[in-house]
Amino acid sequence: MTKAADQESPTVALFVTCLVDLFRPTVGFAAVKLLEDAGCRVEVPAAQTCCGQPAFNSGDRKSARGIAKSVIKKFESFDYVVAPSGSCGGMIIKHYPELFEGDEKWEARAEALAARTHELTSFLIDVMGRRAVDTRLSATCTYHDSCSSLRELGVKEQPRTLLNSVFGLELKELEQTEVCCGFGGTFCVKYPEISNAMVSKKASHAEATGAEMLLAGDLGCLFNIAGKLLRNGSKMDVRHVAEVLAGMTDTPPIGRPPRRGDIPVEGGAKKASSAPTAIPAGHAARDA
Amino acid sequence: MQSTSPRFRENAGEALRDASLQRALRNIPTGFIKKRQKAADRMPEFEDLRDAARDLKNRTLANLDFYLEEFESKVVANGGTVHWCSNAEQAREAILCICRLVGAETVTKGKSMIGEEIGINDFLEENGMTPVETDLGEYIIQLRKEPPSHIIAPAIHVNKEQVAEAFFEAHQDLDADRNLDQPTALLAEARGKLRERFLAADVGITGANFLIAETGSSVIVTNEGNGDLTQILPRIHIAIASIEKVVPTLDDASTLLRVLTRSATGQEASVYTTFSTGPRRAEDPDGPEQFHVVLLDNGRSEMMGTEFQEMLRCIRCGACLNHCPVYGAVGGHAYGWVYPGPMGAVLTPSLIGVDEAGHLPNASTFCGRCEEVCPVRIPLPKLMRHWRELEFRKGNPAIRFRYGLKAWALLARMPWLYRRIMGLAMHTLAGWARGTGVLQKAPLAGGWTAHRDMPAPEGATFQNQWRAHVARNRDSGT
Ligand code: SF4
Repeated sequence: MTKAADQESPTVALFVTCLVDLFRPTVGFAAVKLLEDAGCRVEVPAAQTCCGQPAFNSGDRKSARGIAKSVIKKFESFDYVVAPSGSCGGMIIKHYPELFEGDEKWEARAEALAARTHELTSFLIDVMGRRAVDTRLSATCTYHDSCSSLRELGVKEQPRTLLNSVFGLELKELEQTEVCCGFGGTFCVKYPEISNAMVSKKASHAEATGAEMLLAGDLGCLFNIAGKLLRNGSKMDVRHVAEVLAGMTDTPPIGRPPRRGDIPVEGGAKKASSAPTAIPAGHAARDA
Repeated sequence: MQSTSPRFRENAGEALRDASLQRALRNIPTGFIKKRQKAADRMPEFEDLRDAARDLKNRTLANLDFYLEEFESKVVANGGTVHWCSNAEQAREAILCICRLVGAETVTKGKSMIGEEIGINDFLEENGMTPVETDLGEYIIQLRKEPPSHIIAPAIHVNKEQVAEAFFEAHQDLDADRNLDQPTALLAEARGKLRERFLAADVGITGANFLIAETGSSVIVTNEGNGDLTQILPRIHIAIASIEKVVPTLDDASTLLRVLTRSATGQEASVYTTFSTGPRRAEDPDGPEQFHVVLLDNGRSEMMGTEFQEMLRCIRCGACLNHCPVYGAVGGHAYGWVYPGPMGAVLTPSLIGVDEAGHLPNASTFCGRCEEVCPVRIPLPKLMRHWRELEFRKGNPAIRFRYGLKAWALLARMPWLYRRIMGLAMHTLAGWARGTGVLQKAPLAGGWTAHRDMPAPEGATFQNQWRAHVARNRDSGT
């Protein structure tokens, strides 16, 4: 029995995350498809930007609270909030309540939002009760656990369960899979040499699996690892786990050249497979 | 000890290029990490024990003054002396004074991080005495004239060839052609040399893992037995400890011991766990004539009542160092002072100032592994973040990204402007990639592109595509 069993189709607000929004929209469309396939009505609040983590982790608590308040206002009216990221999910789930600790007006609201917010793969399994996706991909893949998914949210089995249901996909585990890839937000530009040492280890562990593709649930880690693999001249492809689960692997892997005429433009026709075809009634971009 | 923490970046760069250090650091995952995991797995109540350890430390800290005074009264009742020292200088003077009173020449030392913190070896040497480290790792780094690089494995950065080199250099009275290829040969030689010193020593200085208020005892855990010889053979035993080492009862000490050794080395108990209670009594077969405890504050009482009070729970197990990917990349010396790794990143700015050690709490990805393994559940990333907050509030100009971040935070609260600007920016960046999928250079990202490629944005943002998509579907009536 899942929490959603008595709710016909819960309304889920997609917290797109700034990296997906700006750099890899495919992940956003993949998330929408997965959520709709699981029976959710998906909305994308238009006024969303960033979860505030860069400010929070840099010690700018005031700005972080300001951003958090606007996220709370825009998202608190939905049944659920889902992010294709453990890092942004973790920010809302673990750190928003901490940001407003002892604040009469906001603490309860932050906690209420935190309770309804989920990382994408854990939402599909733990809340929607999905155990499988209806997709095929013939590839050997390895999965990188982002630190925030793994340690802040306890997400470990969920992406693996779903990936194992992809027909033709074989999963190989990384050595030292619990270890950080060295991204760390601003860390990677503040301490580039240390970050490089960390991502170099991760890239070599990834290569050692012999997998064709590395997947993860967080674009920060993915860009970091992909960037290193590309610089090393590696053949390994890198994708967000949602792309594979949604069967949206015809866009090029992260950092690989797009095929001719494939750069999506505003209002332009995106390939049918990359965008959900049926939008449920009442589905509109909400300007909260 | 003079800190080199302001040079953390440069130190780290040098460490990354030090091939033998890098080789040594590669052993940590298979050594400490595996052993701790096995020990934790073997003990079903390990997680509960961590809660108990945290709670008992919190209770003790809440009444620290009371337990310290109780400890002192028990030490005095046993015939010992407690020296209250508010800073390193007072502690050094107290120790020197004790040594001078007995005309000490040779002083043996057990491993002590407080000894490092107050720089006792250099100080005793300057005053004409010969301090000799008796823990093998400490002995090695003393010969190499360098500080420890790990709080429980001080010579973790040294390989056996380097040890042999140090021994040939230091023990010139021995046969120059002897074979020191095997670790056992090194061990035997160190043992022989140290034995002479143990017998010659006038004063023995040890650290303390715990001080027990109800008995006035100091406790050390060691694996080599050197600590026992250090405190039993000389006429004088000085235990040096910081104020947060006190625990109320023997039972409490045993709770902490159970999590300490498992977290540190994966042992159920260390080879030696030694309790020292006062000087030798008439009926005792051995023991020192005098028992002194040098109790050091050195900035800790100022942490009380602040967010950093939680750091005073630390029992110096070293697990956070072992599990830290930054420590694993650069080792302990890069941190530039006594305490490295995550615990150092929180503690060092408290003890020597955040202006000096500001890099340390910044050089973390907040991966959270330290907090995950800390036996007393110190929220290390949260405390590092707290240092960043204090620095940010001070407007520390060293925060290079301050203005960029402020601009981002402002923009994040103006969604319409954000969408305009970012939409344009992504188009521009996508154009710069010229169909290669990557950017060779990007604004503010020199640190990134020096080492890796920067994946280019796909083109239009998700938000813009989504809105167009929704509008299309609405128009076509679906
Ligand atoms: S902070 Fe925790 S893990 Fe690190 S040394 Fe102290 S007790 Fe051990």
